[in-house]
Amino acid sequence: MSLSIQEVEHIAQLARLELTDAQRARYRVQLEAILDHVAKLQQLDTKDVSPTTSVSAIGMPLRMDEPAKSLRAEELLKNAPDQESGQFKTPPVFD
Amino acid sequence: MTILSTLGVKEMQAGLLERRFSSRELVRAALDRIAQLEPSLHAFLHVASVSALKKAEQADQLDATRAGPLNGIPIAIKDVLTVEGMPATAGSKILEGFTPSYTATAVKRLQAAGAVLVGKTNTDEFAMGSSTENSAYGLTHNPWDPARVPGGSSGGSAAAVAARMVPAALGTDTGGSVRQPASFCGVTGLKPTYGRVSRYGLIAFGSSLDCVGVLGRSAEDVAEVYAVVAGSDPLDATCSTVNVPPLRLASTKGQPLGGLRLGVPQEYFLEGLQAEVQEATRTAIAQLQSLGAQVREISLPHTEYALPVYYILAPAEASANLARFDGIRYGRRAQAKSLREIFFKTRGEMFGEEVLRRIMLGTYALSAGYYEAYYGQAQKVRTLIRQDFETAFEHVDLVACPATPTTAFEIGAHTDDPLAMYLEDVYTLPASLAGIPAISFPVGFDGAGLPVGMQLLAPGFHEPSLLDATHAYQQVTDWHQRQPVL
Repeated sequence: MSLSIQEVEHIAQLARLELTDAQRARYRVQLEAILDHVAKLQQLDTKDVSPTTSVSAIGMPLRMDEPAKSLRAEELLKNAPDQESGQFKTPPVFD
Repeated sequence: MTILSTLGVKEMQAGLLERRFSSRELVRAALDRIAQLEPSLHAFLHVASVSALKKAEQADQLDATRAGPLNGIPIAIKDVLTVEGMPATAGSKILEGFTPSYTATAVKRLQAAGAVLVGKTNTDEFAMGSSTENSAYGLTHNPWDPARVPGGSSGGSAAAVAARMVPAALGTDTGGSVRQPASFCGVTGLKPTYGRVSRYGLIAFGSSLDCVGVLGRSAEDVAEVYAVVAGSDPLDATCSTVNVPPLRLASTKGQPLGGLRLGVPQEYFLEGLQAEVQEATRTAIAQLQSLGAQVREISLPHTEYALPVYYILAPAEASANLARFDGIRYGRRAQAKSLREIFFKTRGEMFGEEVLRRIMLGTYALSAGYYEAYYGQAQKVRTLIRQDFETAFEHVDLVACPATPTTAFEIGAHTDDPLAMYLEDVYTLPASLAGIPAISFPVGFDGAGLPVGMQLLAPGFHEPSLLDATHAYQQVTDWHQRQPVL
């Protein structure tokens, strides 16, 4: 499995990660080694195998949609890096 | 007089009941032990001395008829579970300064049972690692040899129990993060069935795999804590509503494991397994046999695929779960001019190397053009691994195998080779992928004086069988009672 630096940067862009040149170079080598190892999965014929999406024995339980007490906004805002008027604050989305 | 901090859960319960000591004395002893050993071990990220002593005094005043099963017992919590008012970091810089406003259900259940929370234990960042070296707040040392790792990611919890700072601790296990450190530190660690313990308040890593587990010195002690934390929770839709049967550990007389069918998978005894680990595991299996178990060889043919399946699925799920750490709602925010720059800089600067690597790997496996070949194929092979166990459990009641390929490795041994680090999980991953319960417990020592652990695996919701068999073994051996010289 070979990855280019451009591919590594493309993945970092998708994941919203700012990387240094040294990190890009390092992850390229390390991801190649890991992908080489996981390539062994391709040896198996899984044509007739269904995927496991969950090992939960209970499926998707339903409940009544009833109002209940929830966490308070002012409590949650205590952890916000920036806030104003009871809301999370960020720089403008558009420049 | 016995040093109070060396007592186990059961001994503490008995002593409190007979009023031989108070909870305040127990908690004081635990805090003193922590203060004495923290400089050399660093098992804790937060010690809650004031609130713990206050809680202990309340526990002492409680009428015995109203006291819960863990009333007054000091317990530590891995720092990936939230406790209202206590900092929660998940071992990451990105959550530095974060104080959750709610408590994880597993912890709430402990509190309701009277347990005294003494603090939060060290962990690999977001529970990603097998050595606790990936904590952004410094590594934890193995109490048996400070030059070695305690395992991970619940390395702080395992070291705290091994060093007799606390009699029990909560950990979490996504691919072996309770069982592997339990094995490296010579303690007993239970990973319950997927969905057996609520994950409300657990900072998510791999949601189809994450389980809250228990570390203690013996199966008996682990059972006491497990019985409290297991059970349904309306706040976690993946938490099972199956009843938690009362635990009744086997009597120690005669052949307590008579009739138990024990399967030994040949695929777990291959090259790479340290000779002393193999020998100690084989000896322990022979002892289980002498307690009445019928031992037979079995095959779990897809075992070798567990590692590649896990290292696609867990990073893929992690890459999605960790998208929430964006510098907007909690934790730290990097200096930036635009919203887009906040995301890139906060995440790039504040996630550690292993977390970045797994987000990259998971994002790649889920990206357009690669999804079917990696994620899709891994989900299918996961089915084959589950079917291996289903077939095996038609013929045996439990599976017995090593917990880890080696004993605790030296600090720094795998720092530059992530794949070598991943191989440390090779024996714990299959049970995680199958969603079945597993326990790891000490069965000897290697030539360097490091503990060796082995594992028992059971069908879903058969935790009582695991605890029972381990208890029977621990009645005729004393490995679990050995403690490191500190």
